[in-house]
Amino acid sequence: MKTFHYIRPASIAEAVAAAAEPGAAYLAGGTNLLDLMKGGITRPSRLVDVSRLPGLDRIERLPDGGVRIGALVRNADLAHDPDFARSYPTIAEALLSGASAQLRNAATVGGNLLQRTRCGYFYDVASACNKRQPGAGCDARDGENRLHAVLGWSEACIATHPSDFCVPLVALDAVVEIEGRAGRREVAVEALHCLPGDTPARESALEPGDLIVALRVPGEARAFSAHQRYLKVRERTSYAFAMVSAAAALRIEQGTIRDARLALGGVAAKPWRARAAEDILQGVRPGPDAYRRAAEAALAGATPSGDNQFKIELAQRILVRALTLAAAGTPERVAALPASPFSTLPGALIDA
Amino acid sequence: MNLSISLTVNSVRRDVELEDPRVTLLDLLRERLHLTGTKKGCDRGQCGACTVLVDGRRINSCLALAISHDGADVLTIEGVAHGDQLHPLQTAFIAHDGFQCGFCTPGQIMSALGLIREGQAGDDPERVREGMSGNLCRCGAYSGITDAVLEVEKSLNEANQRRSA
Repeated sequence: MKTFHYIRPASIAEAVAAAAEPGAAYLAGGTNLLDLMKGGITRPSRLVDVSRLPGLDRIERLPDGGVRIGALVRNADLAHDPDFARSYPTIAEALLSGASAQLRNAATVGGNLLQRTRCGYFYDVASACNKRQPGAGCDARDGENRLHAVLGWSEACIATHPSDFCVPLVALDAVVEIEGRAGRREVAVEALHCLPGDTPARESALEPGDLIVALRVPGEARAFSAHQRYLKVRERTSYAFAMVSAAAALRIEQGTIRDARLALGGVAAKPWRARAAEDILQGVRPGPDAYRRAAEAALAGATPSGDNQFKIELAQRILVRALTLAAAGTPERVAALPASPFSTLPGALIDA
Repeated sequence: MNLSISLTVNSVRRDVELEDPRVTLLDLLRERLHLTGTKKGCDRGQCGACTVLVDGRRINSCLALAISHDGADVLTIEGVAHGDQLHPLQTAFIAHDGFQCGFCTPGQIMSALGLIREGQAGDDPERVREGMSGNLCRCGAYSGITDAVLEVEKSLNEANQRRSA
């Protein structure tokens, strides 16, 4: 690991000023950053430790019924907050399906939003990677790429965004509050992450020094709390990143879907909101035919970036399963195996 | 830059001068405090061998910078038994063959302590397995590990029921 200057600012303003310098990086939980630094993938010359900044570790209920989550709230604390888990069960389930209990105890909300891709070629400094070193090329294009992107990818980069948490956040119109050199601003989580295009090294809408201070989930999202699920296919049942995942949230009245929110994970460089599929579900009766049509619309623009044609069909099936489970109703408690398709809960067709 | 930190490790206050900000909590425990019970497996947050409790919560000490944890209260495997009297989890691991080579065992036991404190798994085997998934065991002693954790969870449940009866 390259050595660095360690700075522990006392205020947000001090943090922003310290991190605006070239070569600086913020440290919070460290679960992703330290791993990247040990591998030489990220080599900051200055670490700005924000883990003790005051006031950023609270979960607050807002007057409009929404919730404001400080950027330093730990993933486990958010997932197990009773009011939050009741109001936004798909977000709690997504959090609990990610990483391990140890990592969820350390990892923060802000850090999860900025988690880097898990593409093996990004992690291997001996490989060419346009994200790590602009212009170097992309060894994933002709490499082991069965888990890579099927939506929104470019010739320059076929990596996927690894976060589970971000998938329901995008579906439920969450917003991040950012403190920067020009003051405070807000960005929808959906607009936070960039598709690669010709500049895969640019991963988010953040500018140097920008610090995510909070995340807000709007009160309107509570209308979906009775019918929502997160589902995630992994290569092992627990402690693995998604091959494909889906968040589905429905508002069902008198047997008709009034509103739907859908997003996919593991398919693109950003959490993928599926608006065309949402439109198809609006005003129809819940059922397999409608789910299948919605799933086809969600993946209509998908193309394989390598040996991953199967992910296009898999994503559609997992979306159908997520919708089926959401329509059946949010379970009282997060399943023993969060987000697992091998759940013992009734109501789902295993071979949907 | 002042890199001296102060930690409480197994109820003992330890003041440590760090010559380098890169030192992880794991390396500090092993190399500086000579508490080698906490193991370095992958050193990348993938195996759980380095699990310790920090302020009562289980974390991977390999992904924690020591300097960032100034003032923390750390519990390692060395602080779990009371003298010669083993912690019930340690006894249960022996009784259920919850290990073979033993390398992952300190991390497994610290993780199980964290799991029990979190209070989410109860005596549901599926929730215990899920909650312990951050600890790999190359010998494949998972069945014994699960049985050991379940036994302790069950005896805690029974004790709680007796208290509330």
